[in-house]
Amino acid sequence: MKHLLSIQDLSAGQINTVLKTADSFREVGTRTIKKVPTLRGRTVCNLFFEPSTRTRISFELAAKRLSADVVNFTGDAKSSLSKGESFKDTAQTLQAMGIDAIVVRHASAGAPQRLSGWVEASVINAGDGAHEHPTQALLDLYSIREHFPSFDGLRVGIVGDIVHSRVARSNARALRTMGAEVVLIAPPTFLPPAVDTWGVSVSYDLEAVLPSLDVVYLLRVQRERQNEQLVPSLREYATFWGLDLRRVNRMRPEAVIMHPGPMNRGVEIAAEVADLDRAIITDQVTNGVAVRMSLLYLMLGGLNSDRDRAREAPARRATDPAQLAFEQAMAEVEPALG
Amino acid sequence: MANAILVRGGRLVDPASGTDRTADILVRDGRIEAVGAGLAAGEAEVVEADGAVVSPGFVDLHVHLREPGREDEETIASGSAAAARGGFTAICAMPNTEPACDSAAVAEKVAASGRFLGLTRVVPAGALTHAREGTQLAAIGEMARSVARVRLFTDDGRGVQDTRLLRRAMEYLTGFGGICAEHCDDEALSEGGQMHEGEVSSRLGLRGMPAEAEDLALARDIALARLTGCRFHALHVSTAGSVALVRAAKAEGLAVTAEVTPHHLTLTHEELASFDPVFKVNPPLRSLADVAACRAGLADGTLDAIATDHAPHAAHEKEAEFEAAPPGLIGMETALGVVLALVRDGVLSLPALVERLSTGPARVLGLEGQGGPIVAGAPAHLVVFDPEARWVVDPSRFASRSRNCPWAGQELTGKVLATIFEGRLVVSNGELLEGVGATW
Ligand SMILES: [Zn+2]
Ligand SMILES: [Zn+2]
Repeated sequence: MKHLLSIQDLSAGQINTVLKTADSFREVGTRTIKKVPTLRGRTVCNLFFEPSTRTRISFELAAKRLSADVVNFTGDAKSSLSKGESFKDTAQTLQAMGIDAIVVRHASAGAPQRLSGWVEASVINAGDGAHEHPTQALLDLYSIREHFPSFDGLRVGIVGDIVHSRVARSNARALRTMGAEVVLIAPPTFLPPAVDTWGVSVSYDLEAVLPSLDVVYLLRVQRERQNEQLVPSLREYATFWGLDLRRVNRMRPEAVIMHPGPMNRGVEIAAEVADLDRAIITDQVTNGVAVRMSLLYLMLGGLNSDRDRAREAPARRATDPAQLAFEQAMAEVEPALG
Repeated sequence: MANAILVRGGRLVDPASGTDRTADILVRDGRIEAVGAGLAAGEAEVVEADGAVVSPGFVDLHVHLREPGREDEETIASGSAAAARGGFTAICAMPNTEPACDSAAVAEKVAASGRFLGLTRVVPAGALTHAREGTQLAAIGEMARSVARVRLFTDDGRGVQDTRLLRRAMEYLTGFGGICAEHCDDEALSEGGQMHEGEVSSRLGLRGMPAEAEDLALARDIALARLTGCRFHALHVSTAGSVALVRAAKAEGLAVTAEVTPHHLTLTHEELASFDPVFKVNPPLRSLADVAACRAGLADGTLDAIATDHAPHAAHEKEAEFEAAPPGLIGMETALGVVLALVRDGVLSLPALVERLSTGPARVLGLEGQGGPIVAGAPAHLVVFDPEARWVVDPSRFASRSRNCPWAGQELTGKVLATIFEGRLVVSNGELLEGVGATW
């Protein structure tokens, strides 16, 4: 697979491959020296036209732990949108510099797809407008998988501003691909048009649905959406769709709470709920690095370069247990790779 | 160039006279001299039309020529050349230039440039409001009474949002016999929209423009046409709701006409899944049901005309992120090849299609001498096309200065072979003749 533009680019088998491979990389993050030589000599560019410190750092750490060189390019979304040619110019500049992979975040839906048509490098979508955020979906699946034996029949409620949420789009698709059931829970103004075509169920009533959910996935409510009059007030939103302790008590005992961050404490999630053990929000962050390592490894031909390296320097390979672990994992899952 | 042309052996399809038969047409000194079998060529230049269709030149009610202001995208010269290559012998130029065509000076300049070039008739449309700002009436009377004789008025690119101002415009227009034409869009509902609102916009996370934004504006405009008695023309109708509204207005006997574009007849919002801004247009590509309704409306005559909404844009502007790219596509040189699919799909007959491309739009605009009939004594505005010729669209060979064509690289069936404007051959063998028009 050359690019990751949408979670739809991945089959269930490929998603499993990414998650399995991430298991080995998670272990790397617990070591004193959190680094493997897998992508030595490769260059990854984080091209962020929209500020997102946490996603950028997660990708940067992932690339660095694989020994890739990382360059960060922070574009100005406003100037890019006002004179669009600069986006293609930037792409061609990166192309000329021999970048191997571009991790792109952009306020405009479809920007990664446009970019992939202009460069030789692999393009990874790190969030494009309200379209998709596929790596977020992968890390969320990884985090869910740590708590439940299977996605089959799992019931996941996604709560909040679905219409503007790339996280909701990617997660709903990924979860359905893996066999889980998705319920979107929001006021009607937060639901996308033609939501009946999403293959999910819909509820306006969080309280009624809560007892049936295995995962309660809360979305950030953008304060700037207030101007659009989608809900009368944030307070009213919190009253009906916010997760507080009283509502947590209606949840199944084994159900977990997730959030892509950053959180609006007191709006979609009460402060004390965010601190509960069953809120696995920090695990999501930790897993983000491992899952992104897994992706970069699989996409940047880590597979091939490992084989090449094995031929060139078998000694180093033998002494690196992490490397051995990946290769074992890869041997198992390689047939599933597209 | 000979001042006589014999178009020999073509299938003459002339909706204005109800003709569909094989005939020769002799053209002399700008007029049709004779129509019949076995006409003698004499000294006339012969255009062999065997196996081809000969019809009145096409009339495009809706093109953007960008001059004055954005001559890098299109000029009256390049746009006229594109029109001639597309078989159009008259085009109506929308007023959203820089400055806008809101005065006699600009209107006369546009009309005069077109006349000077002599490739096609360029009919300027005037703005309804000053600078197309939607706040005060433009110099409607001045434009209507100018040498350019402006008859169609519109703020196209946008609709007039202020209902009271539009009512005033319509009332005022009736005094000058003008036509109010609207880009029907209720911006309160569609603002910020990037594409048609529906299943695809939902999936792509792009903000949608609901069909209802067009329907509501059109319903309002029809109500105002009823109130004021003004002639009204709906530009680029794209929704099933709009087609139904126009149908009802006509049944009621209102002076309402409507046009539809080749792209709204053949493409759907599914094209947007590529995020390719070449498919970004306004009104947006709609659902399959809307396309079907537009086709049905064209077939039953609810929609009077096919108009291209030819909207040239510079390459760098379209090579941007989807949301940053301007809407619009070019269509004059591909129109025939695109809409002939409707005949193959059994939507309407070839004569009916020709009617919607020539006679229908000429009638909407009241253009004398255009759209037929092809009879002795009439001005000679003709197109000769091969409905079976296959060709691959290569925008780099277009006469238009812009390349934003969604059919690039695709094979179309149906090609213009020759265009005769004012009795002169301006396009022959599908190419603009050397020495016609001006150099640019
Ligand atoms: Zn328009
Ligand atoms: Zn237009």
